[in-house]
Amino acid sequence: MNEEHAELVFDPDMAQTRFGYGRSPLVPGPRDVDEMVAQLRGTEEPLAGVRFPSDEEMRERIAALMGKRRVFRSAAEGSLERERLQKQYRAARRAAFQEIAGWTGATLARRVWSRDGLRERLVAFWADHFSAPGKNERYKYTAPSHVANAVRPHVAGRFEEMLIAAALHPQMLHYLDQSTSIGPNSPFAKAKPEKHLGLNENLARELLELHTLGVGSSYTQYDVRQLAELLSGLTAHPNKGTVYVTKRTEPGSETVLGKEYGTRRSRISDVESALRDLARHPDTARHLSRKLAVHFVSETPDEDLLVSMAARYLETDGDLVEVVEAMLRHPASWHPVEHGIGNFKQPELFVSSALRALAVPLDQLLTVRRNRLDQLLGTPLRTMGQPWRQPIGPDGFSEEDVHWITAQGMAARLQWALSVPTALVGDLPDPRAFVETALGPNAPAAVRFAAGAAENRREGIALVLMSPGFQRV
Amino acid sequence: MGKADMNRRAFLGRGLAMGCSLAASPLLTPVSFAATSGENRLVVIILRGGLDGLDLLQPADPGLQLLRPTLAARKPSGMEVSGGAMLHKSCAPLWPLWRSGELAFVQGVSTPYRNKRSHFDGQDYLEAGTTSLSGTGPRDGWLNRMLQNMPGSEMSTAYAVGADPMLLSRGDASVETWSPDVGFVLSSQGARLLELTMERDPQMSLAMSRALLLAGEGGGGAMAVDDASMMDELEGMMDAQMTTNGKGAAQAHVRVAEFAAQQLRDAARVACFSIGGWDTHANQAKALQRPLTRLSDSLLALKSGVGDKVWSRTTVLAMTEFGRTVAENGTKGTDHGTGGMMVMAGGAIRGQQIHGQLAGFEEADLYQGRDLMPTDDVRRYAAWAIRESFGLDRAALESVVFPGMQLGDAPGLLA
Repeated sequence: MNEEHAELVFDPDMAQTRFGYGRSPLVPGPRDVDEMVAQLRGTEEPLAGVRFPSDEEMRERIAALMGKRRVFRSAAEGSLERERLQKQYRAARRAAFQEIAGWTGATLARRVWSRDGLRERLVAFWADHFSAPGKNERYKYTAPSHVANAVRPHVAGRFEEMLIAAALHPQMLHYLDQSTSIGPNSPFAKAKPEKHLGLNENLARELLELHTLGVGSSYTQYDVRQLAELLSGLTAHPNKGTVYVTKRTEPGSETVLGKEYGTRRSRISDVESALRDLARHPDTARHLSRKLAVHFVSETPDEDLLVSMAARYLETDGDLVEVVEAMLRHPASWHPVEHGIGNFKQPELFVSSALRALAVPLDQLLTVRRNRLDQLLGTPLRTMGQPWRQPIGPDGFSEEDVHWITAQGMAARLQWALSVPTALVGDLPDPRAFVETALGPNAPAAVRFAAGAAENRREGIALVLMSPGFQRV
Repeated sequence: MGKADMNRRAFLGRGLAMGCSLAASPLLTPVSFAATSGENRLVVIILRGGLDGLDLLQPADPGLQLLRPTLAARKPSGMEVSGGAMLHKSCAPLWPLWRSGELAFVQGVSTPYRNKRSHFDGQDYLEAGTTSLSGTGPRDGWLNRMLQNMPGSEMSTAYAVGADPMLLSRGDASVETWSPDVGFVLSSQGARLLELTMERDPQMSLAMSRALLLAGEGGGGAMAVDDASMMDELEGMMDAQMTTNGKGAAQAHVRVAEFAAQQLRDAARVACFSIGGWDTHANQAKALQRPLTRLSDSLLALKSGVGDKVWSRTTVLAMTEFGRTVAENGTKGTDHGTGGMMVMAGGAIRGQQIHGQLAGFEEADLYQGRDLMPTDDVRRYAAWAIRESFGLDRAALESVVFPGMQLGDAPGLLA
């Protein structure tokens, strides 16, 4: 460790850029680590106009939408009635897409206007950890509620509560094929031998490999298989959400990492016990601490930082605020950005922090139309390589800087920085002032010079957003 | 014409190209490249949505006509490829390629994916190239594993891994990713200042200069403009693109193919991209026209873009996640099926061939009473194309590139 930084345990700029959505001209940053922790421990600050539906409300909306589709499809071919019903269904479908856009707008609104930027960063981190994009229309519609109802409420709680909520949510049962996994010796499978029903190990594997212990840790294929047997019977019911159907469950007990579950008649509480044990495993403590440190601090995190985070995790049975606090109290988390230290912003963070620095008005974000959101954000993020909450696989987006510092990535960011701020903000700020807003008092001289020397505001703003000082945190 | 006029015209030309390319198009398709030694080229096109091979190449079979009362009743295109099988009329631009031996088809093929018929999983199978997705399946694509196993592969000309949404090219081998639909206008002063701010960050600086180079090569519309009034005009176009869809969106696939061709003519040896729009559940007679036109346009753009010499060393494989139901449905379309078709093109292939076996259309011949029965593994054909293009050995193909696949006998794909 560099002696000069040995004592540095807080920096007001870094608190915003490294652990939040960046600096804002209007929202003050935290004064110290105590305030950051207190905000996380406290109740979430409400933001006018931002509300996500509960899972139950989502099921009602889907039932209504699917009902409209059913009546339209059952109407006589070629009839005027069918045409009318089809129009109704299409209008409802459009309204659903608009709702999804509204939820993205609401997520951005929080990133731009919340005082608790760290909480918003944690929501994004855990949403990626429990990535479960929809594979069909129904689950594309419910994906935002998975984050809102299963991830967000638990970012300042214990990991096992989030694990149970997020991994056993209908969204995950759908995404990782759990809904079609059936115990091969269950009454359900035995009744239909011609269908060759059986287990799907997908969720069991990802629970061990991605959600808890981590790849290459202390589990074997036997544990995957046993966990898959234990999970069999869990399925997503259209009107009830996650249900445990005993007749689909593999009979008998299962042994995962040497511990036996479901000794008597199997119940969903056996599954939950297994997940709690996985959540409290030392490998999980290590895996999650490392992933957090890599995401927030550096691709090559300080070993002592990892040790103290993992220790705190185990001492508190996975209290996530304690783990985050251990990170924030460690001097290695506050090393200034130099080459090789700090992280290159992922596209979502790049775009969100630019919107925060530009203080894009709240109502504009909350009322954004679907097509406009696609043009301003959806398509650009896709071109930058990070389509909104749609990673290719359940392992989420890459944490490696080299994955993002590419020709295509840089070109797409430049295109966005030149065209979107001016489309969103009527009067672009003076670039010379914007340097201070976005980069703070320690802005590099080259960026100050460039902002002042730019031919117009549009390019001046883009130069600030594209500068290493803005993109590396 | 004065020099200023020349410049103005050149800028305007490129500006228009840029204007189109900025369109917020759903077709936006990044294209991936890799450079290796040797002169042979391989292009893989993923046809997303499930191509109906039985409509692309319609067999003359009374059984099929019974199952497809409207689709199989259309006027023959007159482009007979063999035994009465007719090429779809939207592929008329490809007819000269068939005649000159630069086009071939593989019928009745599928991935190992069965029974679920989901686009999402089907495309994962197609791009991962594995026998199963659960289990210890890889999280990378077969094209990337191929690159890692190419004898004499020189990765020095391939760049840092791009942000690539295609599983096909994802993996440990470096693959440059680029979307020709990235475009921007920057003044000369802006470009100089950009360079200045990144001066002390070699990693960002290198990626940025590569971006300016690729965009300037016709892959987009990056340009440094000195004339202030020109700048206003171009910026106005850039802004207009943020509010309306550009008319040029429809030609996005051609720009992708043209850009791929440009790289292949130079150092790149492998390219992949995708074409969507194949999911023809309703009114297929009309719905299939557009993707077939796009495929035809893309193949021709590749051919003319690489030039005769490179085309003679090029193999193009167009693959889809699954075929479609043999019977047409209640809305004059077809639903997700199993056995499908691969399209091959290029100067390196043995053309005028229809490879593979086509199963029958009696109910007992169909897969699960509905789909075209798959008769072979599509990966086997891709593997043979790789083997004949780049010399990979059997062991690497069967265990690494396509684990669990049996290479079998050579189908004689390349000339």
